[in-house]
Amino acid sequence: MTRDIKNDEEAILKEANGLLKDPAKRRLLGNVLTLGGLSLATGIALNHYGSVREILKAVSRFNDGAQGLIFNPDALAPTYSEADIKEPFPFNAFYSVDKAPVVDPGSFRLALAGKIADRRPWDLPALYALPHTEQITRHICVEGWSAIGRWGGVVFSEFLKRVGADTTCKYVGFKCADGYFTSIDMPTALHSQTLLAFTFDGQLLPAKYGFPMKLRMPTKLGYKNPKHIVEIFVTNVYPGGYWEDMGYNWFGGS
Amino acid sequence: MDKTSIHPLWLRIIHWSNAVAVVILIMSGWRIYNATRFLHLYIPGTNTRLFPNEWTLGGWLGGAIQWHFAAMWILMANAVLYLVLFLITKRSKQFLPVTPQGLWDDIRAFVNGRLSHADLRQYNAIQKLAYLFALADMIVLIASGLVLWKSVQFGWLRVLLGGYETARYIHFLAMTGLCAFIIVHVVMALLVPKTIKAMLWGR
Repeated sequence: MTRDIKNDEEAILKEANGLLKDPAKRRLLGNVLTLGGLSLATGIALNHYGSVREILKAVSRFNDGAQGLIFNPDALAPTYSEADIKEPFPFNAFYSVDKAPVVDPGSFRLALAGKIADRRPWDLPALYALPHTEQITRHICVEGWSAIGRWGGVVFSEFLKRVGADTTCKYVGFKCADGYFTSIDMPTALHSQTLLAFTFDGQLLPAKYGFPMKLRMPTKLGYKNPKHIVEIFVTNVYPGGYWEDMGYNWFGGS
Repeated sequence: MDKTSIHPLWLRIIHWSNAVAVVILIMSGWRIYNATRFLHLYIPGTNTRLFPNEWTLGGWLGGAIQWHFAAMWILMANAVLYLVLFLITKRSKQFLPVTPQGLWDDIRAFVNGRLSHADLRQYNAIQKLAYLFALADMIVLIASGLVLWKSVQFGWLRVLLGGYETARYIHFLAMTGLCAFIIVHVVMALLVPKTIKAMLWGR
C-alpha cells in the first residue's frame, strides 16, 4: 500500500466520521441509502418485466374473487325502452364483419358437455320452442363504448335446469363457431337477466350478431357475451377464455 | 424551530404511495381512454390526438386495465385510511375553515408577492382550498370509477351520477382536475423545496 492511498483512506474515514457524528446528516445519509436500496430493488423488479406481468395477473385473479364477493344475484341491470335502441347496433369481434362465421341452421346441433345430466345435443327448432323472454339492455364494451339493444331468448338458468346442469359447479364454458371461447361464474349464469338469446330486435340473430345464439348478460362486459355458441359445458376446472388468456379480466362484470 | 414532526409518518406513507398509485392510474387511464376516444382532444397546436401512446402505461388495453385495477386498491385503501385519520386526528383543522375574508386576504397577499410559506404547519387559504379541492376531486374520481367498474352493483351511485355514460365524462373531467392540481402542487413544492423535505422526513 503506497503512502498516497493511505492518506486518501484516512481522509475518507475522517469525512465519513464527520458525517456520522452529526445526527441530522446521519439521518439524511440513512434515508438516502434506504431510497437507493428501494429504487434498486424496484428497478430490478421492473427490469424483469415478466415478474411485473405475473404480479398484475395475480392481482387480476384477486379482482375476480373480489368481484365474485361484490356480485349480488338480485341486483338488476337497468332496462330501457324501444326508443333507446342503438341503430345500427355496432358490430365488434376480433375479425371484420364479412368474416363472421356462416352456420347452417339445418344441420346445426348445440353440444353439451361436462357436469350436465342430459347431454343430448339440441337442434334449433327445439331451442326456439323454449319459453321466450325479451329484454332491452345496455351492452358495455371493454373498449369504452356502450350501446342499447334488444335481445330475446330463453332465461339461461331455465335452460340449465332443463338439461340437469350441476349448478354447484364453479364455471360454465362456451365454445363458438368462430373459434372464440369464454367462461363465466355460476352465479352470473343463474342471474335472472342472463339470456341464451336467439333474436336481436325481434329478428333471428343475423350472422354479425352471433347466429345461431349468443349468451346475453347485461351484468358483464361485451367480451364475456359469447356469440355463435356451438357448445356449452359445466365444470370446476377454470376454462379461461380467448381474451382472458391474453390479459382481460376474467370476471369482467359490472 | 419546533423539532416535532410536521407530517406524521402515516400521512407521509399515504402521500407517497398515493402519488405512485395516482400516476399509474392516470397513465393507464389514458391508455384505456385511447381504446375509444370519446372526446376530440388534441395536443394544443398539433394534429396529434390525446393521448399519445408513449405517455401511457400498459402497452395495450388489457395491460392498462390490469395496471388500473391494481393501483385502484392502493387509492381506495388510502382514501379510507385518510378519511378515518382525517376525522380522528386534528388534521382537518389545517384545512378548515376556509373563510371568504381569509381567502381574499391571501389572494391579495399572493398578487403582491407577500404570501409566506415560513411556517409549513400553517396553510394559507389558497392552499387550504387547493387541498380540499384535491380531496373532493378524488372522491368524485372514486365514485365515478365505481360506476364504470360496477354499474349494476352500485346502481344507486350510477343513478346519482346521471347514468353510465355520464359517469364516463365525470371520470374524465375529474382526472383533468386532478392533473391540474398535480401540476400546481409539484411546481409549488419545487419553488419551496423545504416542503418536499418535510413530506419526506417529516420536518
